[in-house]
Amino acid sequence: MQPTSHAFKENARAALGNANLQKALTLMRSGFPERRAAAIARLPEFEALREEAKAIKNHVLEHLDFYLETFEQQVTARGGQVHWCRTPQEARETVLAICRRLDAKTVTKGKTMIAEEIALNDYLEENGVTPVETDLGEYIIQIRKEYPSHVIAPAIHLVKEQVAASFRATHTDLDPNRVLEEAPTLVAEARAVLRQKFLAADVGITGANFCIAETGSTIIVTNEGNGDLTQTLTKAHIVLASLEKLVPTLEDVSTILRVLARSATGQEFSTYTTVSTGPRRPEDTDGPGEFHVVFLDNGRSAMLGTEFQDMLRCIRCGACMNHCPVYATVGGHAYGWVYPGPMGAVLTPTLVGIGEAGHLPNASTFCGRCESVCPMKIPLPKMMRHWREREFEKQLSPAAYRYGLKLWAFFASHPPLYQAATALVTRLLGWVGGSRGRFRSLPLAQGWTQGRDMPAPEGRSFMSLWAERRKNGDAA
Amino acid sequence: MPPVPIRVGLFVTCLVDLFRPSVGFAAVKLLEDAGCSVEVPAAQTCCGQPAYNSGDKADAKTIARQVIDAFDGFDYVVVPSGSCGGMIKQHYLELFADEPASYLRAQHLAKRTYELVSFLADVLKLERVEARYDGIATYHDSCSGLRELGVKQQPRKLLASVAGLSLRELPSAEICCGFGGTFCIKYPAISDRMVADKAADIVATGADTLLAGDMGCLLNMAGKLTRLGKAVRVRHVAEVLAGMAGETPPIGAARPERG
Repeated sequence: MQPTSHAFKENARAALGNANLQKALTLMRSGFPERRAAAIARLPEFEALREEAKAIKNHVLEHLDFYLETFEQQVTARGGQVHWCRTPQEARETVLAICRRLDAKTVTKGKTMIAEEIALNDYLEENGVTPVETDLGEYIIQIRKEYPSHVIAPAIHLVKEQVAASFRATHTDLDPNRVLEEAPTLVAEARAVLRQKFLAADVGITGANFCIAETGSTIIVTNEGNGDLTQTLTKAHIVLASLEKLVPTLEDVSTILRVLARSATGQEFSTYTTVSTGPRRPEDTDGPGEFHVVFLDNGRSAMLGTEFQDMLRCIRCGACMNHCPVYATVGGHAYGWVYPGPMGAVLTPTLVGIGEAGHLPNASTFCGRCESVCPMKIPLPKMMRHWREREFEKQLSPAAYRYGLKLWAFFASHPPLYQAATALVTRLLGWVGGSRGRFRSLPLAQGWTQGRDMPAPEGRSFMSLWAERRKNGDAA
Repeated sequence: MPPVPIRVGLFVTCLVDLFRPSVGFAAVKLLEDAGCSVEVPAAQTCCGQPAYNSGDKADAKTIARQVIDAFDGFDYVVVPSGSCGGMIKQHYLELFADEPASYLRAQHLAKRTYELVSFLADVLKLERVEARYDGIATYHDSCSGLRELGVKQQPRKLLASVAGLSLRELPSAEICCGFGGTFCIKYPAISDRMVADKAADIVATGADTLLAGDMGCLLNMAGKLTRLGKAVRVRHVAEVLAGMAGETPPIGAARPERG
């Protein structure tokens, strides 16, 4: 997909005026944080587990080459194949080549953000292969021709009336008078439609929450079980993964799983945790005929050894966006690409460039709530600041803003001059503000005063009053 | 012989200096009442956070060095803001991470620097204040103070000792008000929606007073509340703890005609 991150401000303005979106966001705002807080309150060792989980990923990132090679050896030993792809194009072509070789007409898909990152659905369709999303949220946005607005809840920007309308428009062979206004009826309809697709599919594509070096297995966690059918019924199971999904052992995965679902949805564990290891063996009753792991780099290896390395600990739980006050105000689509919210604000500039995505690391109040809930303790605000530093170095931020900053910094680094100026400005503004005590509009601050007043200064600067008090005190 | 008083350097912060000198004087009173001797170094302007958060590390360093120089030699440095306090206590260290000599000086300053209310409660072990304020107050936890410095219970504990004041918790107290320093300049529409949500939450508590420990958040919330015509009195927590609320109208409120 073409990123629209450069148009973040316009996207945000549209989002603020979108009544359905605002309704959906209001529901989300309290739901996720409350459930997470409750789940964590029931687990006294949660903080210790966070530290452990962080240490596991840090270890992997320090020895990534070793674990990647080990993983490949294990996959190969079990009859599977690993494909290394540097770019989205290489990954798309790799997937298509497998589909073509197996003469695949339809592929079912479990939820995968990497497929979004490489815009796989559009590519497959252009090449005569029909992709069918089987995760309910992904299915909804597929029939609406949208893209996910959240990493674990792709259709969270919609209200159920919109979903019902989309189902009626798409499932035209069903009774037009059926009731679709409640979640269970929507799920039942999706399930009925998807069951046939599962049986007809030639290839199943899933993501991977983890890739286990020890066994060459991949793991997905879902709440719908759709991932299982996607991979067991087909001629081939293709796993789309990125480098940072590697974990040394199954034991390590069990540690990270304990923080994942709690951070994401507030569940103690996701409903399904599916381990996939190689293709079907002769003695197995089911399973895919082939097992492929497509590893996408897309700029990630270049993050190693930089100030952005910690971002590769991310396990895509969505806690940062669930707790982000900016995300809660504008929703995920405003961010203009696959990864929204705080983790997207750090990752997106890496993947599509800071020129395109410069707004994202700026559109944060640095309130720090994302970092405080991140199960992997990723210092998200700090890394957004690093992007701002790179932007500033490359002079990518608006010129007026940079000059204003320089002017302010000049005054701020010359205290006598600064204090003379502030003594004057406070007197002036205090006088103009007069008895109202606030301004309804102010030149240079119209963005502020459009929706709120600017309280007027009391009328004197503290430093000038303090100097007077000292002088009088000395005289006395 | 009386004990040697603790020598405190007050970092006023640029917003208190510009908008609300009363907060500075309230801080001085609270510190002096608690037995400190307070000095205000003349060579102070701002902590440098606007430059730091805009990616301008060079200017941020220049200003940070100025603060480090100006506050050399005090027993403690006290700041009536969690945001500026967090800048000095945490971010100066990041700023000088690759300059060992400056890092050591920043570290020396960081160890002695405290946000005002947590200094009173945690360092001076103040249990109560002698102050009166008649009203029902709600309290907003400013993000930096809360998450960078752990300021949460300290203001509540001291407010509990203010005669006439009752505290009613704000359910969204830990959610950002939308100020965010340069954020409110760069993304005013989003900032405005965030503070609108915050104002609605404040009004829903039924409190007649809103308190917080950071001028940025206070200007933002006060500006929204007055625009909406809500009669909530907005003040920095130091004004109430110092018993000085009677000396100046609330933030953004109409002032009696002078003269």
